[in-house]
Amino acid sequence: MLAGHRTWIFEQKPVIISTGTVGGPFEANGAIPDDFDTLHADLWLGQDSYEKAHKILFEEACQKAMEKGGIQKDQVQFILAGDLINQITPTSFASRTIGAPYFGLFGACSTSMEGLALGAYIVNTKGAKYLLTGASSHDTAVEKQFRYPTEYGGQKPPTAQWTVTGAGAALLSDSGEGPHVTSATIGRVIDMGLTDPFNMGGAMAPAAVDTIEAHLKERNVEPSYYDLIVTGDLGQIGQEVSMDLFKKHGTPISEEQYQDCGLMIYREGQPVLAGASGAGCSATVVYGHLLNRMKNGEFKRMLVVATGALLSPLSFQQNETIPCIAHAVSIEYGGEQLT
Amino acid sequence: MSNNQKKQLTPVQQEYQKLQKQREIKRPVVKNCIKAFLTGGLICLIGQLISDFYIYYFDFTEQTAGNPTVGTLIFITMLLTGFGVYDRMAQFGGAGTAVPVTGFGNAVISPAIEHRTEGFVLGVGGNMFKLAGAVILFGVFSAFVIALIKTTLIQWGGL
Repeated sequence: MLAGHRTWIFEQKPVIISTGTVGGPFEANGAIPDDFDTLHADLWLGQDSYEKAHKILFEEACQKAMEKGGIQKDQVQFILAGDLINQITPTSFASRTIGAPYFGLFGACSTSMEGLALGAYIVNTKGAKYLLTGASSHDTAVEKQFRYPTEYGGQKPPTAQWTVTGAGAALLSDSGEGPHVTSATIGRVIDMGLTDPFNMGGAMAPAAVDTIEAHLKERNVEPSYYDLIVTGDLGQIGQEVSMDLFKKHGTPISEEQYQDCGLMIYREGQPVLAGASGAGCSATVVYGHLLNRMKNGEFKRMLVVATGALLSPLSFQQNETIPCIAHAVSIEYGGEQLT
Repeated sequence: MSNNQKKQLTPVQQEYQKLQKQREIKRPVVKNCIKAFLTGGLICLIGQLISDFYIYYFDFTEQTAGNPTVGTLIFITMLLTGFGVYDRMAQFGGAGTAVPVTGFGNAVISPAIEHRTEGFVLGVGGNMFKLAGAVILFGVFSAFVIALIKTTLIQWGGL
């Protein structure tokens, strides 16, 4: 059901029956290694290119989700997923292995919640019984495409972020046991005219703020309704700036409830500068760490706002500004739910 | 940002950018300069030692020791780049590792390693000078312009 202009309320409350998360060596060394299903010690994953390793990441995440959910791959009706590589080949190639009907999505780092929102909509309207959704990124494959060669000695500014090597996939169904997807707000493309690709957080913050405020208004809830409002990969700068914007707009969001996946995945002392980023960042942290905490009863309701910067290396070289987007999905587990 | 671009921004964008600027962590310029000075100096010191080594132990003069010294430095850079050390040194050293010849070597070697997966011709061959190509092009062109000026001055300027 549409509420307001761009919020969907899911009456059937699609269930995330299982998830699969896969990470690389840098994530294994991070703050939440126990929340990954599989961790790889080798960035190549035994493959002969980073792009192939990237494909394996997503394949494994999907297989893990299906295995934990106890279903076979021919029971999966759709896959809705994406990544950051040109023409999203890693995800498409991984979907070739799984063999289910497939929608390739591109929302940069917001792909995880774009997929979950669309997936929940499909399941909610009985368009599918089982559906896989997810996102992935591979640090070196992404760096190779968007920035300089990985071994090139270019000094990164303190606003730069570290791309996560990881994949997260969720298996959605109309029934079963697990956290429920209750609503979603689709983001608009927001461009505040920033041009620095080494400061994504600053560029993406207004998109996150716009989507969160629209969600609260259209769903008609106070921020305190959520135990946690978590953004995808704003990093340190984006988080501070968005907090400033909330204060300016008079949206009562507290600093304790407002967190960022990009600041959770790595620990102090890892050379990540302003935090983590990448399509795999929100996917692994939400489908791993946050859903685990939710199942442990640490909190009941969270709003996940995955943020994406919709630039390409070409648009940057042509002096275009960085348009950004954010999609919000609410996930609830236990406790009373709005109808 | 240039004034031209600023004019095209809407008031909302300008206001946001002002707000964002306050939160943006600035590059620590002075600290970076000191680190670059020390790192660059260290590389030059190593270069000097290598140069002296060639003059002292081999049949090189101060004029001819340059070529083997540069070759040796680039070879060391190649190893450091391949083992994934040079980019970490560069994050610390900044311009200190970029300006000496080792930085140029790194700019050629790193894309060659990176694009090995696309094959020797289209991958390594096609991408090796992706970063260094601009340096070579404009370096050669500037040398050409300077040579023209010099020739003009000598021929007609009576220098």
